Parts: sequence; structure tokens; C-alpha cells
Amino acid sequence: MRRSVSLYGLTFSLPMLLWQLFFFVAPLVFLIALSFWTVRNFKMEADFNTINWVTMYGRSVFWQSYGLTLALATAAAAITSVLAFPCSYAIAFKLSPRMRQWAIFLMVIPFFTSYLVRVYSWQIFLSDNGIINGLFASIGMGPFPLLNTVFATMIGYLTLSFPLVVLLQLFSLIFIDRTLIEAAHNLRCGRIRTVFAVVIPSARVGLVIAALFCFILSFGDFVSPVYLGGGDPTTLSILITDTTKSGQQWPRAAVIALTMIGTLLAVAFAAVGFAYKGRTK
Amino acid sequence: MTGNIRPSAGFTRRTLLATGAAALAMPMLGRRANAATTELTMLAWYGHAEPDMVAEFEAENNVKFVPKYYTGGDNMLGLISQSPVGTYDVILSDAEYVQQLNAAGFIEQLDPADYAFADFFPEFQKFPGHWVDDALYSVITRFGFLGVAYNTDALTEKEASTYNVYWNEKLKGKVGHFDWHLPNLGQMSLLSGNKSPYDIDAAAWEAVKAKTMSLRPQVGGFFDYGGTFSSLENGQMLAFAGIGDWITGVLEKNGAKVKSVIPEEGGLQWTESFSIGKGSTKADLAKKWIQYVTSAKGQAKSAQMAAYPAMVPNQKGWEELASTNPDEAKRQNMVLGQPNAMDMIREGRIQYRQLPIQQGLEEWNDFWSEYKGA
Repeated sequence: MRRSVSLYGLTFSLPMLLWQLFFFVAPLVFLIALSFWTVRNFKMEADFNTINWVTMYGRSVFWQSYGLTLALATAAAAITSVLAFPCSYAIAFKLSPRMRQWAIFLMVIPFFTSYLVRVYSWQIFLSDNGIINGLFASIGMGPFPLLNTVFATMIGYLTLSFPLVVLLQLFSLIFIDRTLIEAAHNLRCGRIRTVFAVVIPSARVGLVIAALFCFILSFGDFVSPVYLGGGDPTTLSILITDTTKSGQQWPRAAVIALTMIGTLLAVAFAAVGFAYKGRTK
Repeated sequence: MTGNIRPSAGFTRRTLLATGAAALAMPMLGRRANAATTELTMLAWYGHAEPDMVAEFEAENNVKFVPKYYTGGDNMLGLISQSPVGTYDVILSDAEYVQQLNAAGFIEQLDPADYAFADFFPEFQKFPGHWVDDALYSVITRFGFLGVAYNTDALTEKEASTYNVYWNEKLKGKVGHFDWHLPNLGQMSLLSGNKSPYDIDAAAWEAVKAKTMSLRPQVGGFFDYGGTFSSLENGQMLAFAGIGDWITGVLEKNGAKVKSVIPEEGGLQWTESFSIGKGSTKADLAKKWIQYVTSAKGQAKSAQMAAYPAMVPNQKGWEELASTNPDEAKRQNMVLGQPNAMDMIREGRIQYRQLPIQQGLEEWNDFWSEYKGA
């Protein structure tokens, strides 16, 4: 049946449409145009030159950073999802409704504090003279290098996305039809098997979207790789700042940014496709 | 009128209206008073328009500074080029960017007679890049040296007195870089024996690159301004390349066990200077500010700026600092009539930090990215 667009419907969707046009489409178009501009004596000049694309795509450091960022974000999505699942499962199925409300509230609280502040505070825990190594020292171990490592970067990614992933997983687990779980138990399906055979497939959309959000946040994050990872190795977000920091090379930075956007769109479409695969109305 | 408002007498409609009108008028009176305050826009590194630097000038001249802080010369050029003419009245710039500012027509020509150059050390009276023949475009206000920054618990001053210390076995994973190619590669160039570290031919550039790459396994991280402070302060990094007293001085004053030393291979000099933005409608006031900050009093303030300390080019500023804060004058080696920081410049141990001359800036930057990614 063909659906006609009513004025009523349009009126309500107009703000979102305008928002997308002004704050996503227009900047994106500008970013695309910018990637073809050239820089002369620190000044950007409108141009149509593919030199920025050729230069950036011809540099091994770009592809190295790309591969690394992709791997880090994928690992962050996987690790966060695995660590968050028991938490969201417990909140969804083991807590009373009142306790569940408190748990949700506790998951929201981290967002009250700036992410940058939370990351800086991790330095106090992870540095060689920090709290964790202090505890190790008290039992005659260490110090272990924790700060300025990939491990520390991953801690930062978890700080950024763990509460959000738990919340997204939770909202999908809460709405699972409990009769399905009861049916599984009635059919002598064990607890663990029920989780893998009933709970996870039923909550697939939420779980995949949660992992996708973690991937998106980690892929573009600048704070953790710099302040916990010590800027070593170079992620794409660091490469963008490096590129703009010297010689006003915003057009080249635009190439990196567009590649990141392209990657995120591809991953998002693939993830959403996977999440809804086999679903019918 | 306030005599009418007696609590016991109660409010009549008239007193209420009068009081209300007076209350409503208060913001207008305040606005009238504020209308005389002139806003002066300043584009600068963080700290230059903070109260410890500008409060006195603001009070004396009924001025309010509106700062826009940048995080590097390129960032500064970007901000100016993307702003309408006349946006910034006063512009602080590192020496290597003054020529770029001038070439792009972002700054006004200045009259040398307006400034106290006669009080400056001779080395700073006609500073390269600030002048085009006899035309002045920028007035130097402060400078500092870049060398080896080190943790005094981990290294002795003698050990830190060579850039080779970065390769020391006990510093593995503990050498930090201030994340900007210019000072770091300048230091590597000095270590490679280049007397003019930024004016090197292709062969020397290759040698600098190879030398720098050999340091990569020692490196614990690449840090911005904040990261440099915290990793030195918490002992995470034990030696730092690309910085000097402008960072360790602040930490040292706060009790951290860090220091900077100019190594035997020589050090680099950074320089900050003030210009008047092209098209500024408050050029007279901007000039007054530059006169103030390069006067003896302004220079003493500048030397001990809360955000980061520096040496100053005005000899009378040295005298003022020695009389008002002798400890800081001594700490910065800024005492006249005895061996002091100027001797290092005169002995040729200090080279200006500048943009690469025989290679493009892009080439140096690209190598820096490769080094970081290695």
C-alpha cells in the first residue's frame, strides 16, 4: 500500500529534517569540498585538486593508523559488550523493579562528570607511582607499566562507553518476552543454554546496536589514546590533529575525517543489517 | 529616598514604585559605567591575558581584555586567516610565525620610536624576522631556552647535559616528547652536529631522521601541553625532549623534582613577541599595551607569569625582577653583573627555533608522523 506524506506528518518530522540538513548534510558537503582545497603559505584556497587524497592514501602511516584504529575500536566493542552483558543481564533479570531503577540511575551518574576528567583521574590509578602499582608494591610486586599503553587506552574506551552499552543492552533485555525463557526452562533447557539460545538471539538488535555505539565512540575518540595511551601509537584522531597542527593542512585532515565517516557508515549499515537479519514485520 | 523606606512605616504605593524604578534602573547605571570600558581582543598562548598579567593595565586604562587562546603557531595562523580583518587587536606570536603573519598581511607596521628598544639587550634590539629592513612589525616580549628536561631523582644534571641521555638504558620507555616536530627535530639536529639546526642540506636531514628514528624504542609517549605537565609531575616520564624551563619552571615552583638543562650540544631559543592586528580599531590602546608589557614593570610580570615563566629582553625588566623577586631572578639566571643566561646566547650555545629552511615544513611534519607511527 502506498503511503502518502501528509502535511501533519511532515510538520512533525520537519525539525529532524532541518537538523540533519543543517548539522549533518551541509557540514559533510563542506568537508567533501574542503578535501579538494589546497594550502599555500598557511592559507587555504578553494580549489579542485585531488592531491590531498593522493597524498594521504599514499602514506603508509595513514593506513597503519587506520588499521590500528579499526582494530582498537573493534576490540573495544567486543570487550565492552562481553563485560557489560553480565551486568545488564543481572539488572534485567535478577533485580527487583525498584533496585533496577537504582541500577539504571547508577549507570547514568558517570555522564554527570566530564569524560576528560574521568580519564585524567585514571592516570592517578595507572601511573608507575599510582594507586594500582602502589598496591602491587605493598605485596612486593611491580611496578608494571600500565599508563601510556594500549591497555590504558582500552580502559579509557571502557570508561567512555561501558555505562552506555549496559543501558542499551539493558533496554533490549528488559523487553524480552519472559514466556520464551519459561518455555525454554520447561523444555529442560539449562540456564547457560537459555542465555545463548533464547536471551541473546531475542535481544540481538539491542546488543548489536550497543556494540555499534561502542565502536563509533571508540573509533573517533581522541582523549583516551592521548591521555591514557600517551599518543603512542597514532590513531586516526591523533593523525587528524597532527595534520592540522603543522602547515594548516585542514584539507588533508578532511580526507582522514571523510575516510572515518565512510568507515563508520559502512560498519553501521553492516551492523544494523546483521541486527535485523531474518526479521519480518 | 531610601529614608522613606522604613520597615515600620510600611510601603506606600509611591515608595514601592520609586523603589521598583530605582531597582530597574540599577542595571542601566551599571551599563553606563561599563560603557566606558574598552574591550581589547588578544590572540595569544594561554596565560597572557590572565589577571596576573593584565589586571593592573586593565584598571589603569579602563580596558577589558578579551582573550582567544591558541595552542600553537599553526593554530594561531588558522584562527586569524578564518576571522574578519580587525578581529584581533593584539597578537602574540612565536618568532618563526611573525614572518608568516607579515607575509599574509595580518599585522600592522609599528613605529620603533614607540618602544623602549634602547633598554633591551643589544641581541634583541633588532630581532631577526621582526623587522623587514628598517620596518618593525613585532616587539619581542619574552624568550626561553629549550634543552633536556629531566627528573632530578632519576638523573643528575651532569647526566642530563647531553641529548645522548635520551638513549640511556634506564630511560627506556621513559622519554617523553612534547608533540611538536620543530623543537624535537631541532634538538636532534643539534645532536647530529648541525650548527644551524634548521638550515641543513638533504644529507644532514637524512642523518637527523636516522638519528631520530633510533630513539623510537626509548619513547614512552607523545604529549600535549597538559600531558607533558602531568607525566613529568607524576614521574611517568623521566626525561623530556622538546621543552625547557617554560614547563619545568612551573612544576619546579610547585615542588616537583624536575629541571631543565642546556646540554653541551647547545639549546634552542623560543621567542614571543607582540604585534598589532591589521585593521584594529584600537591600535592606540594595543600600542599602549605593548609599551606596558615591554616596560620594566611589565617585563618583571612577564618573567614570572603564572602560566609559564620566561626570560625577558629588557635589561630594566631584569633589574625590576631582581629587586621585587630576587629568588625567581636567580632561578632563571637573570641577574645582571654576574654570569647569566645572556652568556649562553653570546657564547653561541643557543640557536633560534625556526621553520626549516632547506626543506618544507610539510616534509618535517610528515617525518614526525612517520616517527610517531613507527
